[in-house]
Amino acid sequence: MNIFDKMMSFDRRWVFLFLAVICVAAYVAGIRIPILAEPEVTSIFRFIDTLPKGSIVFVPMDYDPGSMAELHPMTYAIVEQCWRKEIKVLITALSQNGPGMVDQALRDIADSMKVPRTYNGVSYPAREVVNGVDYAFLGYKPYPAMVILGLGQDFRLPFPLDYYGTPLDSLPMMRGAHNYDDIACAINISGTNATDYWISYGQGRYGFKLAIGVTGVSTAQYYPFLGSGQIFGIMGGMLGAAQYEKLADNPGNATAAMPIQLAAHVVIIAFVIMGNVGYFMTRRQQKRQQAVGR
Amino acid sequence: MKQQIPRLIVLCFGLFLVFQFFVPHESSEWIYEFLLDWILIIGVFALAVGIWSLFHVHVEKIKTKKVGWRYSYVTLAALFTMVTFGFTSMNGESFGLFIPFVATVVLTVLMIVQAMASKGNAVPYAALAGVFALAAVLIAVFDNAWSFHFQTAEPLRSVMFRRAFDFVLIPIHATMFSLLAFFIASAAYRSFRARSVMATLLLLAALIVMFRFNPYFGPTVGQYLARTANWLMNVPNMAAQRAIVMGVGLGMVATALKVILGIERGYMGKG
Repeated sequence: MNIFDKMMSFDRRWVFLFLAVICVAAYVAGIRIPILAEPEVTSIFRFIDTLPKGSIVFVPMDYDPGSMAELHPMTYAIVEQCWRKEIKVLITALSQNGPGMVDQALRDIADSMKVPRTYNGVSYPAREVVNGVDYAFLGYKPYPAMVILGLGQDFRLPFPLDYYGTPLDSLPMMRGAHNYDDIACAINISGTNATDYWISYGQGRYGFKLAIGVTGVSTAQYYPFLGSGQIFGIMGGMLGAAQYEKLADNPGNATAAMPIQLAAHVVIIAFVIMGNVGYFMTRRQQKRQQAVGR
Repeated sequence: MKQQIPRLIVLCFGLFLVFQFFVPHESSEWIYEFLLDWILIIGVFALAVGIWSLFHVHVEKIKTKKVGWRYSYVTLAALFTMVTFGFTSMNGESFGLFIPFVATVVLTVLMIVQAMASKGNAVPYAALAGVFALAAVLIAVFDNAWSFHFQTAEPLRSVMFRRAFDFVLIPIHATMFSLLAFFIASAAYRSFRARSVMATLLLLAALIVMFRFNPYFGPTVGQYLARTANWLMNVPNMAAQRAIVMGVGLGMVATALKVILGIERGYMGKG
């Protein structure tokens, strides 16, 4: 068995081990990766950045802990940007494992608001974020398509109470907010096919401005909606989150994870090249042997 | 009649909702909201049916001792533990007899399951279920450290629910998803071969998209790679995806029409 045969029959456990070692090494090394923000991410940032104080941004967070690593950084960056700019945030969690996680994220971001920060050269003082005034978390209801259609009629139709059991009419922020007509935009952060529902049943039927944040694997399938103008921006996976963090001047977990992702990509590419070299060399040898045999 | 009445209902509601979409009149909107309410209500019942189905499937699995039947106990115990956490909340710092209460609830359920799954000797398990249920009721009545909350979301913020979520569910989900990276690496090594022109193009496109933010290529090559990757996503990818989306959309319209017209009857349990 020559080296190429060995390459072709390489045990996959070595691949797993090598990838794990490289990921840990990249994490420990702490390399800085230059991040170039793409237009589809920049458009979301610019839109929120230019909204007047008191506007309402609707952020449906339809993901569960499986997609947390990719999508949580988007949530943190967008919600903090909104709150720093005194923009109100309306939130739903249409994935059944999501509400607890979203509640925790909101409390984390509210804690970080208690510290004064400077983003993109603008100083923001510390402030207390108040439930019902700065944000409303409506929670979870099953059947996302129906909920999205119901929200278009009136937010109170699928959600008469918020996640904490308070009637929506008692929340100061919700007094003038009835349906999608009263929001500046919706930014759906989703690890499920709820994004399809937001595009078809939400934007398609009610025509509000919609942007999406999705996992890396499903990013490519939403580009047609960007081209058609049905969505005005896409954040794709951890890279999209890192780009948003860069634009918001608020580096977080996505920025920290970029070296690991890059190292994993390099390893995968190296393995693809190795696999192809092995494949072609083995095929060449087989052809030679066949020629000799004749 | 059994066939015709459901088909008539589907035809009427299907056609009504198609026309309703184009009629922005107040009464049309009212009927639409009314129907949405109904869908949500029916959905809640479907959820209850789903939980019963899960329970029934696992009892059957235990009864017939199918492969992995022991895991069914774990599933049912986890289900009822989370349900208990979801309806209870601590009144203060002390847990009181909350943990024994959860244990007795879970044991009651498991004994009921065992009684249902046992062939001919259900009585001892039923008796044990009664004992555990009585213990659970006594703890619930006399322990003031915690209480039931059926109307508010307070239990969702309670310590046990949060711990189960933060320290069990989140790591399990995150672990399962992160394993994907390893399988992708292995699959890429074994099957991503430049066997044909199309496969080579796919391979090159994948390499460019993955390499686009590699800092070691320098600013010139890096910018070029980023622009090429962007073009790949925005032009060929978008064209192909658009064709798929349109095809799927037309397929959905065709299927919806078949359902409305009674040609497709899969929803009644017949094709």
